[in-house]
Amino acid sequence: MGFLDPVKGFGVTFGMMFKKVATEKYPEVKKVTAPRYHGRHQLNRHPDGLEKCVGCELCAWACPADAIFVEGGNNTDEERYSPGERYGADYQINYLRCIGCGLCIEACPTRSLTMTNEYELANDNRQVLIFTKEDLLAPLLPGMEAPPHPMRLGETEQDYYVNGPELAKRAQEEAK
Amino acid sequence: MTVAPEKNELVVPEGHVKLVIDGIEVVAPKGELLIRTAERMGITIPRFCDHPLLDPAGACRQCLVEVEMGGRPMPKPQASCTITVADGMVVKTQVTSPVADKAQQGVMELLLINHPLDCPICDKGGECPLQNQALAHGRTDSRFVDRKRTFAKPIPISTQVLLDRERCVLCQRCTRFSAQIAGDPFIELLERGAQQQIGIAEEKPFQSYFSGNTIQICPVGALTSAAYRFRSRPFDLVSTPGVCEHCSSGCAERTDWRRGKVMRKLAANDPEVNEEWICDKGRFAFRYTGAADRVLRPMVRDKATGELKQASWTEALQVAAEALTKARGSAGVLTGGRLTLEDAYAYSKFARVALGTNDIDFRARPHSREEQEFLASTVVGTTPETGVTFTGIEAAPTVLCVAFEPEEEAPIVFLRLRKAARKGRTKVFHIGQWTSPAVEKTFGTLLATPPGGEAAAVDALSSHAPDVTEGLGKPGSVILVGERAAQVPGLFSALLRLSEQTGARIAWIPRRAGERGAVEVGALPTLLPGGRLVADAAARAEVEQAWGLEPGSLPDVPGRDTNGIIEAAANGELRALVVGGVDPYDLPDPQLALKALRTADFVLSLELRHSAVTEFADVVLPIAPSVEKAGTFLNWEGRRREFGTTLDGTGALPDCRVLDTLAVEMDADLFTQTPTAAAGDLARLGTTSTARAAAPTVESRQQSLPQSDGQALLATWRQLLDNGSLQEEEPHLAGTARRVVARLSEHTAEVLGVDKAETVRVSTDRGSVTVPFEYADLPDGVVWLPGNSGDVRVRRELGALHGSPVNVHPGGTE
Repeated sequence: MGFLDPVKGFGVTFGMMFKKVATEKYPEVKKVTAPRYHGRHQLNRHPDGLEKCVGCELCAWACPADAIFVEGGNNTDEERYSPGERYGADYQINYLRCIGCGLCIEACPTRSLTMTNEYELANDNRQVLIFTKEDLLAPLLPGMEAPPHPMRLGETEQDYYVNGPELAKRAQEEAK
Repeated sequence: MTVAPEKNELVVPEGHVKLVIDGIEVVAPKGELLIRTAERMGITIPRFCDHPLLDPAGACRQCLVEVEMGGRPMPKPQASCTITVADGMVVKTQVTSPVADKAQQGVMELLLINHPLDCPICDKGGECPLQNQALAHGRTDSRFVDRKRTFAKPIPISTQVLLDRERCVLCQRCTRFSAQIAGDPFIELLERGAQQQIGIAEEKPFQSYFSGNTIQICPVGALTSAAYRFRSRPFDLVSTPGVCEHCSSGCAERTDWRRGKVMRKLAANDPEVNEEWICDKGRFAFRYTGAADRVLRPMVRDKATGELKQASWTEALQVAAEALTKARGSAGVLTGGRLTLEDAYAYSKFARVALGTNDIDFRARPHSREEQEFLASTVVGTTPETGVTFTGIEAAPTVLCVAFEPEEEAPIVFLRLRKAARKGRTKVFHIGQWTSPAVEKTFGTLLATPPGGEAAAVDALSSHAPDVTEGLGKPGSVILVGERAAQVPGLFSALLRLSEQTGARIAWIPRRAGERGAVEVGALPTLLPGGRLVADAAARAEVEQAWGLEPGSLPDVPGRDTNGIIEAAANGELRALVVGGVDPYDLPDPQLALKALRTADFVLSLELRHSAVTEFADVVLPIAPSVEKAGTFLNWEGRRREFGTTLDGTGALPDCRVLDTLAVEMDADLFTQTPTAAAGDLARLGTTSTARAAAPTVESRQQSLPQSDGQALLATWRQLLDNGSLQEEEPHLAGTARRVVARLSEHTAEVLGVDKAETVRVSTDRGSVTVPFEYADLPDGVVWLPGNSGDVRVRRELGALHGSPVNVHPGGTE
């Protein structure tokens, strides 16, 4: 036992002052997640604002935690929410149950459901944590129009899917 | 050690053959289809067009197997759904034969070439035989690279069936069902080659009472239901077995529900009753339970304002009990014809024990004393073992339908009649007014009579139509009589005479689901439960003992029937009325019924929805619809059709529970707290050995045609799809109702001077209806109107019955 031993501990403390800090200053400074982080879901739109969701319930079927509720609806020419016959009339995700596994994203046949990087999903009220369609729908970007409205980008829903990437690119350029 | 090979030779009974399927020896009855034999062994061969109740078609070619006969293999794989088994056949299915497997995969690839693969938006997705079999027997990818054939989608072929031609695999199940089973060949294959498609003729929609069955048997999503469109997926649904609450057939159903709401109903398989079919009313009419005017809380009429106000159960029951205790001995009970056995029993016991009266009747429709005697002497106590059954109808050499319109009043009886007649074994005769669709589709012979003249016609059968009486003399023959017979004096007596003379058995087929059960539990003024007679002291003593009452405490005077109760209430003899699900406009005299409800000091209404009765009721107690309670319907055969609660925890109470609690408030015990308790109490009463009622003997009389100008006799019966309150909130179903028209013969039209007009105006001293007309083969001087369709509400507007004289005038041009 040396006589410096009582102050050896201070040496460790002093040494730490020159190392990188692990502390995060959340919530003052928000952490940037990895680009593929599984955060809050989003229901995407076609470039003209129509919803991509067709209410097929495959996400609900894939969900291992039974967190998703979907009810389909019938598009009419007067009231159209998505191209084609069917749209998601009721869409709810229960974030008390969601485990963020992303199986729903894989199941989605129209790329309607994707996940954002938003991770602030805590609340003191259980009711609020059931997100409905209004909470989940992607915001309207420039050039988009809130449904219901007729199909603007093609005659049939085929045009939306076949020309999808091209339409998206054009919409992006127009936005610039 | 050597083991001797076991001798395990299969014994081949008479009429059977032995064959080998996938290396396993099997014995099958001659004439059985190969696909069915394989299925019995547990080998499932994929198929689309094959259906056990339809004739074989061989349309989809999905069920190909390798067949070897007499050691010689057939050159190509054969469709196992069209080949019958034969002795010495060697069959290899896809399980053992690579050839059959490859053939099936090839057919699947061809079927999928033009299939849109839009499973995510297809209603069939998740329960689709094409999806399942493509996964099990198809290739993982397609070699087809060109554009798929497309059609406009979906097209409505009726208001309730939507057709998506792209998805169709042309299996022809729907067309075969419509042509063979229902006899409504409104859909057919059109065009040729790649353009071949299912379709309807222009302006001729798929107006069939059975069209919903095609949706259920479609093996792809080509036919979908407009009412169920995009509502849910099979994995969302909870399926509960149930029994249809509409007509007296008592069809087995599967009720699919989600989040406390019924989403759809499907036919369940019950070979003894409905096979695999139900009518569209049973399938689509279920939304009435969610109607906005549903009564959910007890209501008591406020003395000051005269308005119904919500009240607690305690208060409502107290008010009702107090008033009914005061009126004990001068209260009448009308139950309506739609109760379960248990609920009807509770009413029957409530009337006798709590109200001390025999003034109870379930018949919310025209009725007669003769009918009451007929029910008490001939109908009560029959069971499928002793009486006529569905399979009995199918096996009968001759069936005579009297005052009974099978397709409109009991559609599943109609399907059996058609099935029997189509095989050529059964001859069907109808005593009615005109060659209705049901007469045509049962290959029947019409014996036309003027309305009201049915009894005379039955009496004259042996002289006018000896072939009918001769046919009825063959063992197993059946006479079917409907609710309309109560409007024809002497008809029941004439039928009993005919039955005695020929040996044919009589079956009474009412229109409503609860009527047969109500007879059994004694919801009639002359009957106690179990067919016991009110007038018989021994029978009363039996009931008193079983119910634990003082001897002599049951009322011994037969009570009033519905007409009697209404009349007595209208002139103040009866002070209180207990009314179940009764629509006053169904009664023979609606105006008098409304007066009775207005005059009675106290009216207790047990109702599902606000109605013409609740308008006058002093206390309204809410009761459960059939999906929210358990119970038993007795179908027309007398067969018990038990069902459990589908939607649990809605808080709705069955009638028997409400009446039990009300009786307790009145110091009487019914022991009908739950349907199970009520059924137990009823079972303890058992059958009786006391005297049966005497059969009615009413003289038949010739119906004379009206002599004065502008008059005709009215023939009328209700159609399956009409203004019935259980069919409300169903726009898609209502679209397939038959067109509302009057019918009369050309000669009658000429005589009455309406042949130049486009509509006729039918009137009585009560009122009139104006309606377009069609020519039909009615007897001269007779006009037919639907009972309660569209604007034609015969009882409400005209106050007329079947056989009443009415005035007929041209109604002018529309």
